[in-house]
Amino acid sequence: MLTRRTVLGAFSALAMLATAGVPSIAQDNYDIALISKGFQHQFWQAVKAGADKAGEELGVKVTFEGPDTESQVDRQMDMLAAALSRNPSAIGFAALDSQAATPLLEQAKAANIPVIAFDSGVDSDIPLTTVTTDNVAAAALAADKMAELIGDEGKVAVVAHDQTSRTGIDRVDGFVNRMKEAHPNIEVVSVQYGGGDQLQSTEITKSILLANPDLKGIFGANEGSAIGVANGKTELGSDIVVIGFDSGAAQKGMIKSGVMAGAITQNPVGIGYETVKAAVGALKGETLPKVIDSGFNWYDATNMDDPEIAAVLYD
Amino acid sequence: MTDATAPAVRSSPRVSGAFHRLLAFSGLIALVIVFSLASPNFMQTQNILAILQATSVNGVLAIAATLVIITGGIDLSVGTLMTFCAVVAGVVLTFWGLPLPVGIVAAILAGTVSGLVSGTVIAKLKVPPFIATLGMMLILKGLSLVISGTKPIYFNDTPGFTQIAQGSFIGAILPALPIPNGVVILFAVALIAAFVLSRTALGRYTFALGSNEEAVRLSGVNVDRWKIAVYATSSSICGIAGLLIASRLNSAQPALGQGYELDAIAAVVIGGTSLSGGRGTVLGTLIGALIISVLANGLRILSVPQEWQTVVTGTIIILAVYADILRRRSL
Repeated sequence: MLTRRTVLGAFSALAMLATAGVPSIAQDNYDIALISKGFQHQFWQAVKAGADKAGEELGVKVTFEGPDTESQVDRQMDMLAAALSRNPSAIGFAALDSQAATPLLEQAKAANIPVIAFDSGVDSDIPLTTVTTDNVAAAALAADKMAELIGDEGKVAVVAHDQTSRTGIDRVDGFVNRMKEAHPNIEVVSVQYGGGDQLQSTEITKSILLANPDLKGIFGANEGSAIGVANGKTELGSDIVVIGFDSGAAQKGMIKSGVMAGAITQNPVGIGYETVKAAVGALKGETLPKVIDSGFNWYDATNMDDPEIAAVLYD
Repeated sequence: MTDATAPAVRSSPRVSGAFHRLLAFSGLIALVIVFSLASPNFMQTQNILAILQATSVNGVLAIAATLVIITGGIDLSVGTLMTFCAVVAGVVLTFWGLPLPVGIVAAILAGTVSGLVSGTVIAKLKVPPFIATLGMMLILKGLSLVISGTKPIYFNDTPGFTQIAQGSFIGAILPALPIPNGVVILFAVALIAAFVLSRTALGRYTFALGSNEEAVRLSGVNVDRWKIAVYATSSSICGIAGLLIASRLNSAQPALGQGYELDAIAAVVIGGTSLSGGRGTVLGTLIGALIISVLANGLRILSVPQEWQTVVTGTIIILAVYADILRRRSL
C-alpha cells in the first residue's frame, strides 16, 4: 500500500514536473518575427543586433526582415504576410504605413499572435506596447546641454526635418519647452524646417546666422539637419555651438573635429533588445506599459569612444 | 513539300516556348515541393493566398514588360509608371472626389498616354528604348511626387476601392476559396495578353518586330505605328498594376516603384522570353513571376536570413536562364 502510494506520488510529481516543464520548453521554442522599416541601413542593423542579443539571452529564436527602402510598403506587407504564415509566437513590427498593414494585423490578432510595435510604431490599437525613443525627453536633454555650453543665456535656434512627423514635432517641442521651463534667459528665436536635407538645412542655417549675428547656438534635430547646420556654420566661419541628433560617419567626424559640440543618440540596439524582451513578456502573460522607452544618450568628443556609447553609434 | 515545311518552321518558336514553359513549370513545382517538405506552414491556404496576392502586382507588370521585350525593346519605366497611374487614381478619386469608375479609367488612360509618349520617342525620334524608358522612369517618378505633393494619397473616401485587389468575389460565392480579386485580375490580364499575342494582328507584329524589324518595314508595314501601339498597350497594363497596388495598400505611395522594373524583367526572363526579342510567352512570364514570389515566401517561412535570400534569388535567375541556353543548344 505504502509502496503503491509512493509510486502514485512519484507519478503525480513527475506529471507536475512535466506540466511545469512545458512552459519553459515552449519558451525555448518561442519564435519571434521582427518586420522593420529597413534592413541595410546601419540604424536597422543596430536594431537587429539588439534583437539578436535579446534572442540569445532569453533563449528565443528571432528573425529580422525589412524592405530595401522605406518606400516599399507592399514589400513590407509581403514580409508580414510570410511571417504570419510561419505562425510565429509573436511579431515585432515597425509600420511604413499603418493603414496598409491593418488587414494583416487583424489577422495576427485573430490568430492570437501578440504584436509589439517598435521605432515609429503602428497607428493602431492592436500592438500591446510600443518600444521607442522618448523624443521629447531626448530633445530636452539637448536643450540642457545647449544651455550648459552657452552659459545659460542668449539666443538659439532649431533646424528640424519636418513639422508633420512624430519625431519632428516631439523634438522641436521637447527642445523649445525645456528652454522655456528650465532656462528662462535663453530665447529660441527661430525654428525652421529643411526636410532633413543637408543642403537645404545649410541654406537655412546661413540665413538664420545672417539674420541673428548674436546667435549662440543651433540644434539640428536629425542627422541631415545637424550636418546641414554644421556645414552652414563652417561656410560662414561662425563659432556658434552646434548640437546634433543621431549619428552617422559625417556627424561623428564633425564632433571629433569640434565643428559640432555633441549630439543625442537614440539607442537602436536598445530598441531591438526591448522589442524582443517585450514580446517574451507578452507571451508569458506579463502586463506591459503602453510605451517602453528604449533610451537615449548624449555623446561628444570626450565619451564617444566609451564602449557603452560606441555600441549605440553607427556610421 | 513547301506547304508542309512552312508551317513547321513557323511553329518552331511556339514549340520551343512550350518546352521552356515545361522547364520553368517543373522548376516552380520543384520549389513548391521542397518548401512543402521543409515546412508544414508553407502549404496552407492562407499562405498560398499570400503568395498569389504578392504575385499579382509583379505578375501584371511582368506581362506588360513581356510585350515590349518580345519586340526586342525594353521598358525600364514600368515600376514608376505603375506608381504614376496609382497617384493619378488618387488625385481623381480623393482630391477631386469623382466616382470609382472614373478613377479606374483615368489610371489606365494615364498608362496609355505615357506609353504613347515613350513609343513615339522610340519609334519616331529613334531614341534607343533603354534610354527613352530610363528617361520616362525618372520623369514619371518626379511627376508622381509633384502631383501627390510627395505624400501618400489615401482612398478612405472611396469605400469600394480596396475591394479591387483585396476583396474576393469568388470567396463571396465559394467561401472555401477566398481568392483575392487582385489574383483574378492577374489571370484575366494574362489570358487577354496571351490572346492578343497569339490571335491578333498586334500580336503578330509584336513577334515580327522582335524577329526582324527591317523585313517587316520592307514588306510595307507601318512599323512605327505598331511599335507605338505595343508600348501603349503595355503601359495601359501598367495602369492596371497601379490600381492593384494602390487598392492593396489603400493608398497611392508616390515614392514607391523604382526597382520594381527589375523584378518584372526577372520574371520575364525566368519565363523564357528572350531579351533579344522575337520569342516569349505570357504563360512563361506568369510562371516566372510565381517562381519569384514562391522563392521569397518560402525562404522567409524557413527563416533564411534576408541577406541570403537575396543571394539565392540571384542564383536562381542565372540558373533559369542558363537552363534555357542549354536546352536551346541541344535542340
